Amino acid sequence: MLEEVFRVQWGRVLASLVGFLGDFDKAEEAAQEAFAIAAERWPATGVPANPGAWLVTTARNKAIDRIRRERTLAEKIHLLPVPEAVMDEFDETAIKDERLELIFTCCHPALPLDGQVALTLRALGGLETADIARAFLVSEETMKRRLSRAKAKIKATGIPFAVPGAHLLPDRLDAALAVIYLIYNEGYSGRVDLAAEAIRLGRVLTELMPDEPEAYGVLALMMIHHARRRARFSGDDLVLLEDQDRSLWDHARIAEGQAALDRAIALCGRGAYVVQAAIASLQTAEPIDWPQVAELYRRLAELTGSPVVELNRAVALAQAGDPAAALRTVDGLDLDGYLYFHSTRGELLRRLGRAEEAREAYHRALELATSIPERRFLTKRLEQL
Amino acid sequence: MQYALMIYSDPARYEALPEAERAAVSAEFAALADDAAAVSAVQLQPAETATCVRVAGGRTLMTDGPFADTKEVFGGFWLVEAANLDDVVELAARIPAARFGGVVEVRPVVAR
Repeated sequence: MLEEVFRVQWGRVLASLVGFLGDFDKAEEAAQEAFAIAAERWPATGVPANPGAWLVTTARNKAIDRIRRERTLAEKIHLLPVPEAVMDEFDETAIKDERLELIFTCCHPALPLDGQVALTLRALGGLETADIARAFLVSEETMKRRLSRAKAKIKATGIPFAVPGAHLLPDRLDAALAVIYLIYNEGYSGRVDLAAEAIRLGRVLTELMPDEPEAYGVLALMMIHHARRRARFSGDDLVLLEDQDRSLWDHARIAEGQAALDRAIALCGRGAYVVQAAIASLQTAEPIDWPQVAELYRRLAELTGSPVVELNRAVALAQAGDPAAALRTVDGLDLDGYLYFHSTRGELLRRLGRAEEAREAYHRALELATSIPERRFLTKRLEQL
Repeated sequence: MQYALMIYSDPARYEALPEAERAAVSAEFAALADDAAAVSAVQLQPAETATCVRVAGGRTLMTDGPFADTKEVFGGFWLVEAANLDDVVELAARIPAARFGGVVEVRPVVAR
């Protein structure tokens, strides 16, 4: 129960402290101290009415104490705007929510992408360094170094703790959304569910930027995909969308994703995430409107210029009943090193009754497959030919 | 906070521009030096004028040419005063080399 309160509060508390102290490390230290005091006291006293405000105030006081103690930093005391905070007056509304500033600092494109991801999970998500390390299959030492390098660069290069101005915002928002979506796509391993974490972050972003359609777009996309994940595997086997057991889908989550998508569209969202969410949403309908899906992939291809999107458009064309047109599209793509290029060709050739060529394509896909479920899936397809 | 904006560009790209455009680009770069943020702006003579110096065993050794033999050469730098990295990036983006296939490396200056 306490752990949940801490997880919910961490991002806000840390953001407020970074804003106050202007230093990531000091903010983190102070936050940790405050959380430790809370862990000690709250079981006896109960959780205060405004846990966030309590934590921020306690952490601020601890930080000020520490700065006072460190004589070498004595002159910096004069820079602190709030010298005394009163411990028993908690007014949560008085503490500004600075998580948006924190997001834009953590997702600053001047930081290496792996650093952006790690810092976002640590600072906003409140995940422990050890858990982040495990989720990305690196040692705790490596993750610690990654985090401290990112924090050191923020400090040394003057990466601002601020929401970018209007002329910079579209690009910077794209960068932040890309980080969240990347976290989502890392899937999950170990104790931490990165997909669920990314959805949490996406939700926070839509709360903080309620007029940004792409923020709703990415949230909708993640939710709708996430809702289907139990149906995506049968034991260890991959299950294609058309063969998925829909009773395994999380329909409440799909509805939530749908609502986020509606909001994005109402805000005139036409960007890549909104289109992808719309595609994911169409794919939850029964029957699926494949011509419409193909049309949306065409729009997405226009936006992204990605041959992988063209490949998906081809799949939709085939599902809409035109495997020959689909194969023509696929054969025009330069994706020889891509597993799904070959598996898609295999499937299209199979449907067109060209078994020998299909076999060849599946073999090529198998050469490129690394995960065991993928290999098993392709081997099964080959056997069925 | 002070930042150095180090400008790397491909001289061939610049020389391939029509005369009038070259003059405009030069004027644009010169105007940057007058910007309020600028502490100083230095433009270097072409890389062919470079001499590399090393000291080995107490002897001073000289070689002709720039240190690294790449298409993009260090052409000059701009020292600016700015509040944060975002402001510097905006300044860096105004350096003509950045849009002519070159690159501007931004580094904070060690405070003294």
